[in-house]
This record gives sequence, structure tokens and C-alpha cells, in this order.
Amino acid sequence: MMSAEPLLSLKNIKITFGGVRALKGVSFEVNPGEVHCLAGENGCGKSTLIKIITGVYKPEEGAEFFFDGQPITAMTPSMAQSLGIQVIWQDLALFGEMTVAENIGFQYAVSGKYGLVDKRAMVAAAEKALARLGVSLDLHMPLKELPIAQRQIVAIARALVGEARLVFMDEPTASLTQSETDYLIEIVRNLSASGVAVVFVSHRLAEVLEISDRMTVLRDGALVGLFPVEGMTQSRVTELMTGRNFDSAVIAADHDDQPVVLSVKNLSRTNEFENISFDLRRGETLGVTGLLGAGRTELALTLFGMRQPHQGQIVLDGETVHFGSNRDAIRAGVAYLSEDRLSLGLNQPQSIADNLVMASLDRILSGGLISPSKKENVVSHWISALGVKIGRPEDPIRTLSGGNQQRVAIAKWLAIGPKILILDAPTVGVDVGARAGIFEIVRKLAAEGLSIILISDEPPEVYFNADRIIHMAEGRIKATYDPRQMSLTELEGKVYA
Amino acid sequence: MRRLMLGHTTEFTLFAVMIVLCVALSFATDRFFTISNAFDVLNVSAVNIIFAVGLLVVLISGGIDISFAVAASVVQYVTVLALTALGGGNWAEGFIIAGAVGIGLGLINAALVYRLQIISIVATISTFNIFFGLLMFFTKGVSIYDLPDWLGTRVVFYEREMSDGSWLELTLPVVVMILCCIATWFMISRTTIGRQLYAFGDNPEGARRFGIHIGAMHYISFGWLGLMAGIGGLMQAHYAQEVVPNALYGRELDVLAATVLGGARLGGGKGSVIGCVLGVLMVSVTQNGLNLMGVSPFAFKMIVGAIILVAITLSSARIDKLLPFFAKGNVKKRGAN
Repeated sequence: MMSAEPLLSLKNIKITFGGVRALKGVSFEVNPGEVHCLAGENGCGKSTLIKIITGVYKPEEGAEFFFDGQPITAMTPSMAQSLGIQVIWQDLALFGEMTVAENIGFQYAVSGKYGLVDKRAMVAAAEKALARLGVSLDLHMPLKELPIAQRQIVAIARALVGEARLVFMDEPTASLTQSETDYLIEIVRNLSASGVAVVFVSHRLAEVLEISDRMTVLRDGALVGLFPVEGMTQSRVTELMTGRNFDSAVIAADHDDQPVVLSVKNLSRTNEFENISFDLRRGETLGVTGLLGAGRTELALTLFGMRQPHQGQIVLDGETVHFGSNRDAIRAGVAYLSEDRLSLGLNQPQSIADNLVMASLDRILSGGLISPSKKENVVSHWISALGVKIGRPEDPIRTLSGGNQQRVAIAKWLAIGPKILILDAPTVGVDVGARAGIFEIVRKLAAEGLSIILISDEPPEVYFNADRIIHMAEGRIKATYDPRQMSLTELEGKVYA
Repeated sequence: MRRLMLGHTTEFTLFAVMIVLCVALSFATDRFFTISNAFDVLNVSAVNIIFAVGLLVVLISGGIDISFAVAASVVQYVTVLALTALGGGNWAEGFIIAGAVGIGLGLINAALVYRLQIISIVATISTFNIFFGLLMFFTKGVSIYDLPDWLGTRVVFYEREMSDGSWLELTLPVVVMILCCIATWFMISRTTIGRQLYAFGDNPEGARRFGIHIGAMHYISFGWLGLMAGIGGLMQAHYAQEVVPNALYGRELDVLAATVLGGARLGGGKGSVIGCVLGVLMVSVTQNGLNLMGVSPFAFKMIVGAIILVAITLSSARIDKLLPFFAKGNVKKRGAN
């Protein structure tokens, strides 16, 4: 696998945007056929580096750039294509209404003899690319009918049609379930075995460690180092990426002396979940984990009144409740942080302040109208209480980082003064460093007496942050665990079994 | 077959609704189910179909155009005036002038959308007002009845008297319409430009990353609609044997509704020529049927609106929801992968 000569070699890469040094003399190399991981928090310069390699940006004077032993003085996007450097962006850049074959062989729609599309050649190229990956897909299926994992395959196959020698994959597993991720990893192995080098950009550390040969870590635009993956642990990688050390310890504690706030009895919804029963006490954090499709979000939406149970009871503070809609649930003190912050949780173009008061408008009224001074009080209180880093409260929320956006989203719900806070995948799209900050807030809220349901498909998150863990599978509670009585590896083994 | 149906749900649903409608009308009136009536419907719909296939190209590329119908009116005026200045002219000159002026007006829209980054609905509402305002200002609302002889004379490619005494006629607008449909179909489904238009409408960022020229996409789609608007305008003047400045005013919404009814997606990436044709014919057949049934013309708009609503509801609901059999097949197929 290793050859003497690296396929790609960069030295002393510098670039400045608007007076800010985005890359401070970074070097990077990839060997033919290796799986290389490019790791670092959001904004550390990973994407900028990829864009320099593919010719979108030009590095400053003094850079050394070699591909296949040849010095490259001025890379352009079309040159990168012809050299076989392909990028699979996180959003895949696929066409939903077109067929699988057209998506894979789209090159044939860009250049064709006499301006015509050679459909036969297009389909043949698509077939060949899929065969090389060892996958069979219906070539004439519209892409939008495929699940996300298979779209990922389509994007990879498309890169192969361009005779790829070096493929960058930007966060390829961000929206995949565990089994889909395993499938993708298998594909990447095949790819690397056939001589194509793959650079994996991912924040999910577990799979990075599983798949890569070597890793390059960047932090704040500077190179931390090039490391062999063998012998690397997750906490070591996190430390390299953030420059900080996160002590992980189980925080689980008993809450038996506290009153039961929420009691769920035999709750069922046809085809979604069945016979769910649990108690949640004051100040307790209940972790809910399981694979995607286990019924976690459906259960959460039912507790939040957005869906009605077909059977069973929800007892809140000793009283059976029937939520007709989430308005009832909010009034009763149940808050739900959506798993999809970007499209459901926050209104991206609106200001930080407007987003923050969205759920609690009735609390800032004065004579039926919104009182600017009450609004300002609420906003400044929560911004400082949760340590949100902002410019001005009037700035659009999309200008904030993922971690800070999530803090505002949590503040939005805390402003209604909830008894129960349901957090559905609260760290999706949030950096490793910022995640710790989110969980610090969660612990603080629990200590203040808020009851929390923490939903996550990443077992470590519930293991280190919950008092008790419910394991859901196929709509049922498979087991309840106490983090103090098992190791993380045991928990992961059970969830991924 | 099932694959074909899953890929063209809208077209098939529309086709089925058309058949039901035609069968119902055949029983309701004795004139509907005749060949000559079918040709009548085609003659009446020809201009709208020419407009619709032009608009289809813009919709596929993710844009929208409100101005093409009044642009066609401008084309009619300019063409007739230019032909008179040329001393009468002929069909070839007529098509060249109408096509060129139409393309020119389309390119103005494209430049506004691409160069000035104005979203297409706002840009074309503005040009709709500018085109129509200029037209009314310069013509003072006066119509032209004095067309060159060749333009005002009906061109019939095939005619035959039927046994019931009615005439079956294949006229120039229908032949031109068929040629426009074939040209548009070829352009959007066989050429690289066409597939790039679909891709650009589907996912502009993805298309950009593939090195597709974004400006070219705008100029080609609006230019194509301009060409069709020019040709359609000329055909309408020929059909009506006069040029009335506000004759086409309001046509844009009828054509837009018919095109969307035919499966084109507002937002881009989807649509077919056959769907367009069915969409326009559906509306024409309804009007024709109501006419034959003796329904008051004042009720037409209302009934046509209701029919469009019903047909859109039926065709936007997925076929596997309407026909569980297809859903099962689909799932099995996916499972096999």
C-alpha cells in the first residue's frame, strides 16, 4: 500500500482572507491508495485546504505543491479534475429528479459529441463505476427515491467515472445510521484496495479511527501533526483537535428521593413504538439511545403533543394529560429541542433575539403587544446565563457557529420555564469542543432541578451525561441501563448489536 | 412499464383524467366525439402549446416568466410594422423577425436575472409591465387590421369535408406547434445543454460545481422562451388575422397553470413536453366541452379553475398512494438491491 513517493504533497501552504490567516504554513501529504483522515474542528481550515488542492483558491507565495511527483504551479478546478482529484461534498451536489445513471454519468451531459448526450455510454459508465464499487443499484430509478446512504454511493460512483486517483469525502457519514456507515466504510475499503487514495473529512471519531491509515490534524489554521492511526484513541484525537483535555467521567446519580415529574405508562403508537413505560424524576437526566428508526424521535414528538398516542398514558405531576397539540404540551411545561436545528429548530435568517423569544412570546407582552424592554431583558438574561458568544442580538442567527446556535435554541425553550426538556440529538453539527459546553449546560440545568430526556444515537453522549439509559430498538424499550454498572464498550456493543 | 409510470406519474394521471373527461363529454354532447372537433381543439390550442413548451424550458431551469405573453404582443406589432416597412415580406422574413425580436426580449429577462441577480418572478413582472406599458404607449391601444396578405390568409395543409358537413383542417399553427414541440423535446432531452438545464434547475450549486456555465443556462432558457413567444405571437396574429395590443394580456397565467398542470415543477428540474401538451389540451378540452354543452361562457373560468385544481391534486398525490399495487412493487424492487 505504501509507496516511496506520495501521490500528493503540499508544503508551506498559507492563505489569508480579509486580513485573517486561514492557513498558517500547513503541509499535507497523501500516499497512493491510502485512507487518510483530515481532522479538525469546524473553521480550522480543512475546507480551505481542500479548496486549495482543487484549485478554487490560490495559496500565497512560497507554497510547494506536488502531484504524482510533478510540481504544480497554478492549480485550477479543471486541472484538478483532469488529474483525477475529486471531491464529494457533504451536500453531495446530486440531482434529485434525475436517474441514478444520469447522476453518475453526468460528465456525459457536460461534454458530448455534437452537443448530444450519449445515453448508452452514460449508462455503461455508470454500470462500470458501480461494479467497481461492488454495488448494484437500479440505474433508472430517480435519485430522490433512494435513501441517503445509496445517494452517497451514487456520489462516489460519479467520482470514479472521472477516473479518480484521489477522492476527498467531506463529512460523508454525517447523516448516516450505523449500518449505513458500515456499508460506506466497506465501499471506501474497496476503493482504496483498487488504488484510489481517499481523504476522509469527518468529525465522527470512531469511524475515522476504524478506517484510516494515517491522520492529519489541523487546529486554527495550523498543522498539529501527521499521525499514524494505529494506537490512537478517541480522547487523544479530541485533545489534538481542540488543544484541550476533556475528562470524561460517568455522572450518573440516584434521584429516588425526588418526586416523579413524568410517568409514561404503556405508551404505544401503531408502527412507531409500543409499550413504552418509564418514570422521570425531578433533576434527573434520562438518556434514550438506539439506532436511527428505533422510534426515539416519534416517542419524543408524542410526549411533546405533536402526535397523539394510540394507547397508554402520560402522567405529568400526578395528573394524566392529553395533549391535543404541542401548544398544550408547551403550556404544561414540556419543551422539545428538535433534532434538525437548521430547518426546524431555528429560523435562520431571523435575528438571535427574535429566535430566542420565539417560544415565550406570551411572557414578554405588555398590553397585548411585545414589550421591547421585556424582550431585551429575556434575551440578555439567557445570553449571559448560557454563555452564548454573539456580536449583537440583532444579528441573524445563521452568523453564529453550530454550538452557539444550539445554545440559543436551548435558551429559547428555557425561556418558557419548562419542567421537562427533551433534547433530540443536541450535538448534531456541533464541534467536539463546543459539545462539551452544551453538556455542561445540560448538567447545570439538571442540577437546578430540570428533568431532561436526552436522545442521541451516539452511545458515549448518553453514557457520560445521563443518570439512566433507555435502549430503544424497533419501537420498544429493549433494556434500561445504569452507566455506573457497565463500561462504554459494553453499551456500544449492545446498541450496535 | 411500471418504471415508465413511476417516472412520469403526472403525465399518466393527466392522461387518465383526460380520457375520463373525453368519455364523459362524448356522452354529454353529440358533437364532441368527432374528428373535426378534435382538430378544432388542436387549432385553438396551438398558440398556447407553443408558449407552454417555451415556458417549460424556463421552469425546468428553475426560473419563471410572467412577461412572455405581452412580449409576444410586442413581437406581433414590431414584426408587422417591420414587414410593412420591408414592403410586405414573406413567411421566412416573418419568422426570422418574430423569432429574433422574441429572443431579444427573452435575453433582457435573462440579463436581469443573471447580471442583476433579480429573482425571475420579480424581474419578469417588471418587464411584463414595461413591455405592456411601452406597447400601449406607442400604439395608443390601436389595433392593426391591415396585415400583409400572406400573413392574413389561412394556410391549410390538409382538409377534408366530413360526412356530417363539417370540415377537418390541419392548419399552419398546428404544424408549427408540432415542430416547436419536437424541437423543444429534442433540445431538453437529447442535447447536453438540455440535460444541463435540468441539472441547473434541480440543484444550481451542484451544477456550478460541475463547471456548468450558469449565465449560459439563463440566456438559453429565457432565449428559448423568447423564441417560442415570438413564433407563438406570429401564429396568433395569423390565426386572429389582426394584431390587438391586449389580445394576449392575461394569457401568461393560463399557460403557466397548464404547464404546471402538465407536471413541470415551480422550482426547477422537472417537466416534459408531453406533459405540457396534455396540460394545455386538458384546459382546451374542458372549454370546448362546456361550449358544446351550451354552458354560459361566464361560467368557463370558474369551471376551468376547478378542473385545474382537481387535476393538480390528483397528479401531485403520488401514484403509489393512489394505487397500492405500484407501491408494493416499488418496495420489493428496492429491497432487492
